[in-house]
Amino acid sequence: MDNSSQLVQYVLSGLSNGAIYALIGFGFAIIHNATGILNFAQGEFVMLGGMFTIFILSFLNLPLAAAIVLAIILSTLVGILFERLAIRPLKNIKPLSLVIITIGASIFIRGAAMLIWGKDTHALPAFSSNNPLYVYGATIMPQHLWIFGITLLIIIVNKLFFSYSILGKAMRACAYNAHAASLVGIDVKIMVLLSFAVSAAIGSMAGIIIAPLTMTSYDVGIMLGIKGFCAVIIGGMSSGLGTVLGGLLLGLLESLGAGYISASYKDAIAFIILLLILFIRPEGLFKQKETQRV
Amino acid sequence: MFKVEGITQIFGGLTALEDVSFSVAPRSITGIIGPNGAGKTTLFNIVTGLYTQTKGQVYLGGKNISFFEPEILARLGLVRTFQNVELFGQMSVLENVMVGLHTKSKSGIFSCAFKLPGQIKEEKIVRIKAQQWLEFTGLADSADVAACNLPFGKGRLLEISRAMAVEPQIILMDEPAAGLNSRETAGLAELIRKIQALGTTIILVEHDMELVMDVCESIVVLNLGKKLAHGTPREIQENKAVIAAYLGED
Amino acid sequence: MLCKIMMKEKRQILIFALFALIILLVPLFLKGNYFLNVLVFIGINTLLAVALNLLLGYAGQISLGHAAFFGLGAYVSGILTTRFPVDPWLSLLIAAACAATLAFVIGFPILKLKGHYLAMATLGFGIIMYIFFNETVDWTGGPSGLSGIPNLRLGPVIFDNDLNNYYLVWIITLGVMLLSINLSQSRIGRALRAINDSEVAARVMGVNARILKVQIFTVSAFVSAIAGSLYAHTMTFISPTSFGFNFSVELLTMIIIGGLGSIYGSFLGAAILTMLPEFLRVFRDFDIVIYGLMLILITMFMPSGLIGGLEALFKIIAGKIKWSAARNV
Ligand SMILES: Nc1ncnc2c1ncn2[C@@H]1O[C@H](COP(=O)(O)OP(=O)(O)OP(=O)(O)O)[C@@H](O)[C@H]1O
Ligand SMILES: [Mg+2]
Repeated sequence: MDNSSQLVQYVLSGLSNGAIYALIGFGFAIIHNATGILNFAQGEFVMLGGMFTIFILSFLNLPLAAAIVLAIILSTLVGILFERLAIRPLKNIKPLSLVIITIGASIFIRGAAMLIWGKDTHALPAFSSNNPLYVYGATIMPQHLWIFGITLLIIIVNKLFFSYSILGKAMRACAYNAHAASLVGIDVKIMVLLSFAVSAAIGSMAGIIIAPLTMTSYDVGIMLGIKGFCAVIIGGMSSGLGTVLGGLLLGLLESLGAGYISASYKDAIAFIILLLILFIRPEGLFKQKETQRV
Repeated sequence: MFKVEGITQIFGGLTALEDVSFSVAPRSITGIIGPNGAGKTTLFNIVTGLYTQTKGQVYLGGKNISFFEPEILARLGLVRTFQNVELFGQMSVLENVMVGLHTKSKSGIFSCAFKLPGQIKEEKIVRIKAQQWLEFTGLADSADVAACNLPFGKGRLLEISRAMAVEPQIILMDEPAAGLNSRETAGLAELIRKIQALGTTIILVEHDMELVMDVCESIVVLNLGKKLAHGTPREIQENKAVIAAYLGED
Repeated sequence: MLCKIMMKEKRQILIFALFALIILLVPLFLKGNYFLNVLVFIGINTLLAVALNLLLGYAGQISLGHAAFFGLGAYVSGILTTRFPVDPWLSLLIAAACAATLAFVIGFPILKLKGHYLAMATLGFGIIMYIFFNETVDWTGGPSGLSGIPNLRLGPVIFDNDLNNYYLVWIITLGVMLLSINLSQSRIGRALRAINDSEVAARVMGVNARILKVQIFTVSAFVSAIAGSLYAHTMTFISPTSFGFNFSVELLTMIIIGGLGSIYGSFLGAAILTMLPEFLRVFRDFDIVIYGLMLILITMFMPSGLIGGLEALFKIIAGKIKWSAARNV
């Protein structure tokens, strides 16, 4: 491979990873904006999506599409259960308690996955053919196209949902001011529940579309989760364009860094970017600074 | 002695304060009134260094203290109480006041961990002083109670005791009478005068007009972020604009 | 009033003296026992739990990367003594100083963050360090670890057996526990707890929250690195798996179980989490599931941890005894 085709290759894989990070970031933003919680267990939904699909495929012998739908439903259920069992019953909602509970949930889900499915890595079959396409000398797997397509679709649906549907608008109202929203008759509790459901669903989809490319195992949730978090931090906690750009940027830097600097420090690159952003511009790259209410 | 000049605060698109200026005489009691959302708490947050104003200056005793950090301001003798009581809930009432005395002692981590003699002596003095402040505000009986278990009215008193322990030149009180019954409010008026008698300047944000008219020597009226009037209680009561914007609402 | 406080202080000294005495006498009953080895680990973990508690329990600042300071202590000590002719005691001090310096430098930007953001940032820091432990193979030996680390020695005494290690680790741990208890009763301890309850109010009262948070973070890293160095010199072998994210979570679980802000709670939590996998085989496979469940359940139903629960129980019993004593008179 010559230099330019290598570059294309890095960019391509960076962008497809970045798309995934953006989706995971969306999940963070949706729950955070509805509840103020940063859900540490977000990455586990991603893991669950991939693992459920593989599990359903091998045990129930369903067609891939059906397995995917079922896996998304199951992951969403886990999200709902999590909210009902661990978030809603909370009485003293100290921020620290919420941090600890979501961390607890995250390692609980990871541990349960390990017990059920073991420590092996699993591969999900690609959605369509496995024959690579060649563009400027770089190989594209059809799965890359699936990733870009589905990500785009989710971004559009997400945008439409929050801008035009009653439910989406109600969720935004809650995010803006839960008390005022409850005064106009919005059931805040349902909206919180819904935010967990939606972000679990999006997270699991991210996990499913990436699984054919990168393989999956019980413990992929931490890394993917933090990278999604990094994307949403760059995007200023929005479930919109900022986070998409954040994800793509992170994916690109990571893949170029791994390619040209050192593959073994690939993950370190993502975390150093995360720390830099948190240190220098915690409000995100694309957002104005806000004054924290006292 | 204390002065704000041209304070403007813009949050995103919202102008919470616009070009607010006034000054306060030493040892006086100044009231700041205005309808909900007028920007009173925002002004306090700016003065105490919690918010960074978009524009404007704050002076204390001739010194420009705009943009100073809260912990520096405390050492310069400027403290406040909070509208939504901000006590140290897990600590006892006495310990809350002892935190107010933080600036009056100086042992560091090392001498605290090793209990060096200087630290032990300091600790004794701090304890005695804290006890005295509790007696000053009438909370001495509750010294050992955890602050989170304190009834609301006493919580407001504890906020004042803790702030007074800093031995401030000027104390800003944000709605100290909110949630108090009439007997407690009368006690509060008494306490405010006692604080003034110590030589402390007081700025009081309050919705309880009776209290404000009773204790304040001068009153600043804010409305929609702008200063509407500044004068004696009598002048304010007769001010047409104020009546229209504010008193007329009742 | 003052008299009451002095009584309370006396009682605390008494409790600590009793605790220390029991700890120091335990080996007499366990000589040559395998259990002594477990107790050495409990000591090291207690030291780590106390260090994290200073930060999280006192000041309310979470860290999900404390295993990194533990690891840094272990590796600096290990590398200095295996590749250079550095005395193990000196290496222990250098290791602690390195970790403290690093904590001080990253403390300023990192502790500006709050809650979830702080958790993520410390988690990121921990993983970066973990990657470095793994990848700087020339120095650390990478995933296969670093072996041949010499034991500490004091005159004729070599700390190469369980009994000696027990006293080495526990004397340091007891010392740090005592200092931490002192700290909590002091001006600094109050200021830290004030930051925990309301940082804004603490600052308005003149507490320099930013500096104080960095200070306690630095101290916490310092102590964690001492624990790391002790670990390296007693085990003589270290590898990155001991210093990963899972161990940071384990530390967090220890202090949540024991009780946030309680020094004896740190011991209790460390003891429980160190012993369970030793004695319950199932626990080894289920460990992270159980940690997760414990974190959730304790935070939901027992926010002051086991120590808080025990104290409440003790008060009820003491109340009953007093009551029946009064009736008998
Ligand atoms: N940090 C902030 N970010 C955005 N807007 C803010 C912030 N703090 C205050 N505001 C807005 O500024 C305006 C003034 O608020 P402020 O709390 O100062 O009013 P107030 O006069 O104290 O009212 P009240 O009598 O109800 O206490 C309000 O519209 C409020 O929503
Ligand atoms: Mg107000």
